[in-house]
Amino acid sequence: MSTLEVSPAEPLSAHAGRSVVNDFSLQVATVNGSGSQTANSVLMRAIFQMGIPVSGKNMFPSNIAGLPTWFTIRASKYGYVGRRKEIDFLVAMNPETAREDVMKLEAGAAVVYDEPLKLSQLRGDLHFYPVPFDKLVGPVCPDAKLRKLVRNMIYDGVVAWLLSIEMEEVHRALVKQFGKRKAKAAELNWGAAQAGFDYASKTLTKADPCRVERMNATAGKIIVDGNAACALGAMFAGVTVVTWYPITPSSSLVETLIGYMRRFRVEPETGKATYAIVQAEDELASIGMALGAGWAGARSMTATAGPGLSLMSEFIGLGYYAEVPAVIYDVERVGPSTGLPTRTQQGDLLMTAFLSHGDTKHPMFFPCSMEECFTMSIEAFEFAERFQTPVFILTDLDLGMNNWMSDPFPYPEKPMNRGKVLTAEDLDRLGGFARYLDVDGDGVGYRTLPGTNHTKAGYFTRGSGHNENAQYTEREDDYINNMDRLAHKFEVMRSHVPEPAEETRAGARIGIIAIGSSDYAARESCDQLQAEYGVAVSYLRLRAYPFTKHLEEFIRRHDRVYVIDQNRDAQLLMLMRMELEPDLIARLRSVRYYGGMPIDARTITDTIVKQEGK
Amino acid sequence: MSTAAAPPPKKTNRIGLEVLSYKGSKTTLCAGCGHNAISERVVECFYELGVEPWRVAKLSGIGCSSKSPAYFLGLSHSFNGVHGRMPALATGAILANSSLLGLGVSGDGDTASIGLGQFMHMVRRNLPMIYIIEDNGVYGLTKGQFSATANVGSTLKTGAANDLPPFDCCALALKWGATFVARSFSGDKKQLQAILKTAISHRGLSVIDVVSPCVTFNDHQGSTKSYAYMKEHDLVLNELDYVPAQDDIAVEIPEGEAMDVRLHDGSHLRIRKLGRDFDPTNRLAALAAIEDAESKGEVLTGVLYVNTGKPTFLDLLNLPAEPIATLPESRVRPSRAVLEEVMEELR
Ligand SMILES: Cc1ncc(C[n+]2csc(CCOP(=O)(O)OP(=O)(O)O)c2C)c(N)n1
Ligand code: SF4
Ligand SMILES: [Mg+2]
Repeated sequence: MSTLEVSPAEPLSAHAGRSVVNDFSLQVATVNGSGSQTANSVLMRAIFQMGIPVSGKNMFPSNIAGLPTWFTIRASKYGYVGRRKEIDFLVAMNPETAREDVMKLEAGAAVVYDEPLKLSQLRGDLHFYPVPFDKLVGPVCPDAKLRKLVRNMIYDGVVAWLLSIEMEEVHRALVKQFGKRKAKAAELNWGAAQAGFDYASKTLTKADPCRVERMNATAGKIIVDGNAACALGAMFAGVTVVTWYPITPSSSLVETLIGYMRRFRVEPETGKATYAIVQAEDELASIGMALGAGWAGARSMTATAGPGLSLMSEFIGLGYYAEVPAVIYDVERVGPSTGLPTRTQQGDLLMTAFLSHGDTKHPMFFPCSMEECFTMSIEAFEFAERFQTPVFILTDLDLGMNNWMSDPFPYPEKPMNRGKVLTAEDLDRLGGFARYLDVDGDGVGYRTLPGTNHTKAGYFTRGSGHNENAQYTEREDDYINNMDRLAHKFEVMRSHVPEPAEETRAGARIGIIAIGSSDYAARESCDQLQAEYGVAVSYLRLRAYPFTKHLEEFIRRHDRVYVIDQNRDAQLLMLMRMELEPDLIARLRSVRYYGGMPIDARTITDTIVKQEGK
Repeated sequence: MSTAAAPPPKKTNRIGLEVLSYKGSKTTLCAGCGHNAISERVVECFYELGVEPWRVAKLSGIGCSSKSPAYFLGLSHSFNGVHGRMPALATGAILANSSLLGLGVSGDGDTASIGLGQFMHMVRRNLPMIYIIEDNGVYGLTKGQFSATANVGSTLKTGAANDLPPFDCCALALKWGATFVARSFSGDKKQLQAILKTAISHRGLSVIDVVSPCVTFNDHQGSTKSYAYMKEHDLVLNELDYVPAQDDIAVEIPEGEAMDVRLHDGSHLRIRKLGRDFDPTNRLAALAAIEDAESKGEVLTGVLYVNTGKPTFLDLLNLPAEPIATLPESRVRPSRAVLEEVMEELR
């Protein structure tokens, strides 16, 4: 029968005395636009400051205010920061979803809730902590208009008491969050947090097993989101022309970049900007501007998501054939039009690999961490100029918009290399050049930049119909020559793209392959398979397309290889099938998740276990 | 002294280049196509003003018109882009290197249909460059369909009449912020030269709509973009006299007879009104004059508007004088200390 009829004392006694330290997921369910973001960030930061590995994921609707939002903090002493489906600790602030949120919990979970919601009647197998938020907020926030915002900070105090989060750290996180300029707001919020803490310590009885204990696993680390990490990477790569058209989840990449560039790329002596950032009229224009700038010698970039990428398709093809460098960030999300634009996916892989018409193929980089968002951005700008072609950096909403811990980013040690660009002096020496001639055998010709002060510098840039001297031609031999050189260039890229990361386990007969944000769930799943089923699993994380030789070698060493895809049609696996021998393809298995949430380890483990017949 | 007869000195311009240095490859457009005449004017004007060809970036979309950059200024860089999206390429290129002289060539299909959005946004930004619309009222390259600049009632060779109102590219440019707006006719050599030279000297977006008949698909009776129609209906607004910067302009102009506009590079444009009173610094008057002419079936040509004082997009972006594309690493990669500062903020 329904759990509703079970009296609280019985099932809960099973948990008595058990304690779950630094290993739980806490979810805050609120309403979009209610200002809970600050309270959630402070909570996450406070745990982080106590040295505990932590991640924060915001699940939000495509809406400005009024629809449900969930923020999930995962604390893991093992360092697992991917999504975990099970929620151990719920803060139920949204009357709309509270019932469903509570019903979804597993037995033994804890619920902090707004007292009038009367949630404790729903189930008897949970630990309920009612809090009269409205009563508590009045005294600490005399200004009624601010109460809606400040109210959230009360649950920070309640949760701090329940989970043994040190209040000094809450205070420190608050001060950090508000900055020096908003000291008053910080004070007000601190009052609310304290009120929550006092109420909890006087009124509530701790009954659930979750709590935190100080560790030392986050010393020196930073908390950042992937879009900010990419933005910083672009700035330190020396980007000079940035074009964009707003679209979730990529907007904050450029918005963050604008902030940093204003601070660090305006020259104090002259007040002049060493960059141009243009909000274009659409993605047809933003890519055109990026390519125009790349052609003229700038390190240029644009950032978008799937719908924007679709619009860029024709221009990207021109960039491929005309051989123009540019970096294109695709922060992947779900589907066109209205749909799930604020949910994550790795659904643009196939489209991006071959974007545009005719024979086109493009290099793609797949960062999986904040550090890689930074370092691979720098690598991508180098790569685009080295190979004179559009380069894609694929992240996704989970990486781009969620908060992640990271080691601080390493300063780029290698000087910038602008690729094969001939100057006027070079032209004097050489007496001229052929733009699309493969002089060095790597498929990459030498180019000149518009404005190069030399009568031999100019050349005519156009699409597929050109010969080695950049002259117009429709001859079949010229066309084939050019196509073969472009194909060769792509093959050369294989040994220049970022190499995969590999973790081999002794005796492993099966392997897992993943890219980007699937990494967290993939690694956790490897551990689950080992710990729970005694199955040793090796792991290969691909970091770029075209694939390197490591892919084939990895598959050859394993009987079965599970390819993880955050999309319905196994796009990563399909991409591999196109270039592998049939005997290797036969070893591939697919693990797919496409519900719009970040993939979690349990989903991978369960799918593999099922297919392995365990 | 040598006794051998010295070859006659070659005619060169201010910077010592022959006119040959301003030519491109042989045209592949139809003989008599208006676009060819425009190419010739480009060659003459850039030669005569002594513009360094390597300072010019030619940009175009897709169409017969957009092919024409191959037929002039062969020493310049050129980018033949995708249909209707030359403005984006041009914007990127000029942001990257603000010292480039951007010369955009487009068609009426390229600009007024597929590229209307990009055209309008470029106008709005007042990006400093020259934007020539080679306007023949049809899609030449796809064999003669109506474009959005075709007049109501104008017919195709098949006899089909256009029943939708035309976009007037000059009116659009005037409304949204171009700072030099002119219309000309590919058959009016002198007027087109003066306008092109002014555009070369102007700092800001110059929009030049040139009626340029398509002899193959739109030069028949019933077309309002034919040579014959233009001969009868070209309503010349003003007489133009371009005076290069290096020429002596001490000659006084009698009060009230001509307007003298000092251009960015020190050259001058003298605008002498013809017939009616018209002030080319008055945007609204220009719009009204276009409307008025159109209602009478006339094509108003000449300088419609000039404004030398408006900031360009480059000014708004606060760019330095030198090209940002090639700034040294020390100026585009912030220091180690900056990275450390940011990392500290994120701790
Ligand atoms: C995306 C796209 N759609 C359609 C075409 C086909 N197309 C080529 S040229 C052209 C029209 C050109 O007309 P216009 O700009 O007036 O140039 P004209 O040839 O008349 O000088 C079209 C529709 C194309 N090249 N690209
Ligand atoms: S088809 Fe028309 S526009 Fe094209 S080249 Fe011939 S005359 Fe010119
Ligand atoms: Mg046309």
